[in-house]
Amino acid sequence: MKSADDGPAIEVAGLVKRFGEVDAVRGIDLTVHRNEIFGFLGPNGAGKSTTINMLCTLLKPTEGRAFVAGHDVATERDAVRRNIGLVFQSTTLDDYLTAERNLRLHAELYAVPKAVLNDRLTQVFDLVGLSDRRQSKVATFSGGMKRRLEIARGLLHSPRVLFLDEPTVGLDPQTRSSIWAYIRELKAAEDITIFLTTHYMDEAEFCDRIAIMDHGRIIALDTPSALKASVGKDRVRVDTADNALAVAELRERFDIEATIKEGSVLLSVPNGERFVPRLFAELDVSILSVSVARPSLDDVFMSYTGTTIREAEATGSERLANSPMARMRRR
Amino acid sequence: MATRLDVSPVVAVRVPARGLSGELRAIKIVWQRDLIRFFDDRLRMVTSLIQPFAFLFVLGTGLSALTSGSTHGVNIRTFLYPGILGMSLLFTALFSAASIVWDREFGFLREMLVAPVRRSSIVIGKCLGGATVAALQGVVVIAVAGLVGVPYVPLMIIEVFALQLLLAFALTSLGLVIAVRIKQIQSFMAINQMLVMPLYFISGALFPVAHLPAWLAVLNRLDPLTYAVDPIRHVVFARLDISPAARAALDPGVTWGSWVVPPLLEAAIVAAIGLVLLGVAIARFSKEE
Repeated sequence: MKSADDGPAIEVAGLVKRFGEVDAVRGIDLTVHRNEIFGFLGPNGAGKSTTINMLCTLLKPTEGRAFVAGHDVATERDAVRRNIGLVFQSTTLDDYLTAERNLRLHAELYAVPKAVLNDRLTQVFDLVGLSDRRQSKVATFSGGMKRRLEIARGLLHSPRVLFLDEPTVGLDPQTRSSIWAYIRELKAAEDITIFLTTHYMDEAEFCDRIAIMDHGRIIALDTPSALKASVGKDRVRVDTADNALAVAELRERFDIEATIKEGSVLLSVPNGERFVPRLFAELDVSILSVSVARPSLDDVFMSYTGTTIREAEATGSERLANSPMARMRRR
Repeated sequence: MATRLDVSPVVAVRVPARGLSGELRAIKIVWQRDLIRFFDDRLRMVTSLIQPFAFLFVLGTGLSALTSGSTHGVNIRTFLYPGILGMSLLFTALFSAASIVWDREFGFLREMLVAPVRRSSIVIGKCLGGATVAALQGVVVIAVAGLVGVPYVPLMIIEVFALQLLLAFALTSLGLVIAVRIKQIQSFMAINQMLVMPLYFISGALFPVAHLPAWLAVLNRLDPLTYAVDPIRHVVFARLDISPAARAALDPGVTWGSWVVPPLLEAAIVAAIGLVLLGVAIARFSKEE
């Protein structure tokens, strides 16, 4: 167990997963440090779930190696499983049992020592704020409560690494922010590494570091602020009377390559606020509205892939609709 | 939502490496869950209590008008009794096995699949759970024996109980062989329908197994259920005060050629089939990634 306590939480080298003809994961390398919140970001179908499933020993890697808590996911499956907690996209609770029964069942499957079980139950119920609902049937829980209960269950056996696959998908904004409050509180309360996937750019900001994944590859990996700084430019969005003409004029007079996305002209410039007055002065097309934004993770994604995450999602889901991976999910 | 930081101190948990005791704990909890679910489900409990009565009295009464001449004075319900016991077990055991398909559809199966336990522990737990629920159903049928002219002899009750336990185990294993790889409950039900009725009607649960046309005799001897219903009938009829002619007609015993298969061997056949099926179920379940 020494290595598990000293080394990185997760270490991945050259990881590849192929489903027949489809390359879901095309060779990724990454290291997740102990006690950090690590976000895995990308559109649906980018290979996030496949990667997480390999790290959780649910899928065998086609090539490459991965170590979780110091154990090889391919050859030490049980050791990995004992050291990880899992919260899936879709619920895996038994609706007909009470919250406490669900957790006790988990404790038996993971052989949690009976001497500490009751204290541990009290603690994890406390952590997710469900102490008063221990005896309620899970069927009576809302979506957010179920997700919190699953987080509590994932923590019950004190895993070194907690995997959260899209922890907030399908939840309303208020519940989403409360789930995040629990995740941050969790990091403060337990000695644990959190590895999560999300396709919400705004949520990735809460992570210590993020990896952006697209088409089965990691295209960027750093802290959110460093990634945003790497983009360097502000985003300017302009609505004009004639977008096509505006793009042409921008190219001629400012030497700027602008694009038209979702009915607006988009461009990146080093200093947005100073650029806007020039725009008004020198552009012949009449301008309807202008907005300037500091780079967001959306822009990071855009600058690395040349497409917005929403567009990537639209083509990605098409690409995967009939692939084996889409079928896998239904299991 | 305010963040609460008044969390009690961290309770350290060290999960031990996998061993036999861990596997036994897993088997026990999977078994327990099936029982909790059964006892929580009032409707299922009530129907499982009523069902054997309906079969026994409705079917028995309906058929008695037709058969009074050929049963040598034995009440048709008494003859049907072992067959009805078998039917109750069949339905309950297969229904219990279906729970693994439900678990898959509703996601809970994943919780068990990712746990650090052997797949075989999950299947064995499921098998014991299904068998226990089916055996409970069997106990209800045993309890009403007196109503159809079967005397309450303690040794007979023990023998019938043991035999029905064996049958419940074998049938649940059969259900699991099918259920472990099926993704949708509809498919399971369809396969069940195709399997259950022939298995049941050919088994001799509803007719004596002697003097059958050759084709039916062959099918009957191949049907595993035959070897479960016959010894139960034998055990019950041994305690009835009836004429030798009636005994010969209604409880002829299963024969291979001219050799009468002894009830103990029949029980052993059922046990062996159950074990083989359980092994197949485990293998099928483990193969899946």
